[in-house]
Amino acid sequence: MTNSTTILMKRQPLMKQRYMSKRFLCAVAMAFGLLVGSVTAQAAEEPELMASGASVRDQASLQRGAKLFFNYCVGCHSLKYVRYSRIAQDLNLSEQDVMQNLNFTGAKFDDQIVSSMPADSATKWFGKAPPDLSLEVSAKGEDWVYTYLNSFYLDPHSPIGWNNTVLPNAAMPFPLSELQGLQTAVMKPGSTDTVEKLEISKPGNLTPAQYQQSIRDLTSFLEYTSEPAALQRAHYGLWVVLFLAFFTLLAYLLNKEYWKDVH
Amino acid sequence: MANVFTNIGEWVGERAPGLAPFYRKHMSEYYAPKNFNLWYYFGVLAIVVLVNQILTGIFLTMNYNPSAKGAFDSVQYIMRDVEWGWLIRYMHSTGASLFFVVVFLHMFRGIMYGSYKKPREMVWLLGMLIFLVLMAEAFMGYVLPWGNMSFWGAKVIISLFGTIPFIGSTLVEWIMGDFLPADATLNRFFALHVIALPIVLLLLVVLHIFALHEVGSNNPDGVDIKHGPKGNRWDANKPADGVPFHPYYTVHDLVGVGFLLMIASFIIFFAPTFGGWFLEHDNSIMANNLITPAEIKPVWYFTPFYAIVRMIPSLFGTAVWGVLAMFGAIAVLFFLPWIDRGQVRSIRYRGTGYKIGLGLFVVAFLGLGAVGTGITAEVIPEWFGHVDLTTWENLFGRLMTIIYFGFFPFLWAYTHFGWEKTKPVPERVTGHD
Repeated sequence: MTNSTTILMKRQPLMKQRYMSKRFLCAVAMAFGLLVGSVTAQAAEEPELMASGASVRDQASLQRGAKLFFNYCVGCHSLKYVRYSRIAQDLNLSEQDVMQNLNFTGAKFDDQIVSSMPADSATKWFGKAPPDLSLEVSAKGEDWVYTYLNSFYLDPHSPIGWNNTVLPNAAMPFPLSELQGLQTAVMKPGSTDTVEKLEISKPGNLTPAQYQQSIRDLTSFLEYTSEPAALQRAHYGLWVVLFLAFFTLLAYLLNKEYWKDVH
Repeated sequence: MANVFTNIGEWVGERAPGLAPFYRKHMSEYYAPKNFNLWYYFGVLAIVVLVNQILTGIFLTMNYNPSAKGAFDSVQYIMRDVEWGWLIRYMHSTGASLFFVVVFLHMFRGIMYGSYKKPREMVWLLGMLIFLVLMAEAFMGYVLPWGNMSFWGAKVIISLFGTIPFIGSTLVEWIMGDFLPADATLNRFFALHVIALPIVLLLLVVLHIFALHEVGSNNPDGVDIKHGPKGNRWDANKPADGVPFHPYYTVHDLVGVGFLLMIASFIIFFAPTFGGWFLEHDNSIMANNLITPAEIKPVWYFTPFYAIVRMIPSLFGTAVWGVLAMFGAIAVLFFLPWIDRGQVRSIRYRGTGYKIGLGLFVVAFLGLGAVGTGITAEVIPEWFGHVDLTTWENLFGRLMTIIYFGFFPFLWAYTHFGWEKTKPVPERVTGHD
């Protein structure tokens, strides 16, 4: 990944990408290969969103993502469907780890994660209360979240000084700028409002590669909060399918035995 | 020990004398043709899915909160805090989609082998009623999670009734109990989804099976085994080409059930949203009448019918024609036994015209599905470059609509005027696989 990121400004085709994530395509390809093959081929050609590479199976990544979330995001954004205790359990952290390093609001261990920012003040400050992020990845897709966090740039015309190519006129200041640095937009030749690409004009604390990894971690964490059950699914799925395969084999043999005298 | 069971059996038999004959009539002495093929799995699979929906539905009901304020949160509660709640919900949501998969295939089997023809018209009619109730059941169930697509889907579908002249808008308010889908709508849909429609559905399924067992099952050859030679290993007066449903078809169906469960488990554990086809992304946002999803469309199983609404233009200042056509697309299926005048049941021995007609009918159904799901909106620019999407999509969709409806007059004329050149039907079934 170079330190400039090319993102087209077209909004419409984002939809397609959301409906067909890469991982899903692999799963479908395994089971129903030809059935949806023609549709999947197109999704891959859409360049608008970057592939996040996020994975809820990578526990270290989830832990780093959680740390980032609680250091940079929870000031404004809640995860109201997620409990601190559940994070400890699923991410293999101790109660002490979570209460000391992730919980800054004085909430109890079994409480749900609620930002300390009052919603009505937030509405006054930003024009819109920062959304709860529990289900953000379910709603928008992991690639969207990843690309969104890669696409903030300085915009003197915006009331908050920031803009975003994935979500134009987003009402969100960019708290990760100390990590990524400051990006400025390079406009298409002859245009004043169509962004061709973003360039880092002032480096941050992280190299571009480190920053990409950080938001990949953050995306993984938000993918996990969207569906904590994904961890259990992965844990049981193979055994259930194997058991059923064995069951079906037995049923097949039983059936053959019964039918051998029918001609 | 054996003595105890015999005694219990006798005790029950004396007090419920109808029980054993009932079991014999429907299971151990129901003689089904021995030549069923793959297509004959989907009936029993539909029953398996129905049982799954009822069982998982009961457990969902224990934790679901049917109110506009609490519904969305309670679904997340089920997904996160209820023990195995995620599994129960995914079994229910995957079951809903698989229900339509197996029912569509089951219906196609009925058409392909002429199972709706005399004397099985009643089986077909009851089956069509099941399909109708199932669609209402699925639609209302889809509204219950109270996500944004639930809300907007409900709004769009209920608004279809608003196209009816004079009474339309009043009717829409009456259905919703409000001016928008709201608490009242959610409450009544919940009542209908968990009590009213399931009861009707179960009753219809029982009648469907009873009606079938009166006249006997059809088979891939479309030959009536009851009219064939008599006498088999179990009974001298029963059809020679029949085998007792139990145990022969119970062990047979067990294999199919195993395959269904494997496919279902694969989806439940590895792709429960099925890439947004079974559980839509916009439903991860709570219902909000101020945020319209970028694209409002029903779940995949309604899309062929929904596409018909979109393809029929307004005329004389009303859009009711599209809605009439959509309901007509389902209603016309009820009349299939009387539209098709052909004497030969199975596609194996029917004329080429029938085979082509049915093939085109399937293409039209899938084509309309492609329009309804938005596949054509993706594919047309991809294949043809910068053409006017609406024009091309309408052209394609309307052609598919014409083929869909054209199948029925074609089938009537083809069979009524004796244009069909059928092949000779064998005296007996041609074996089994």
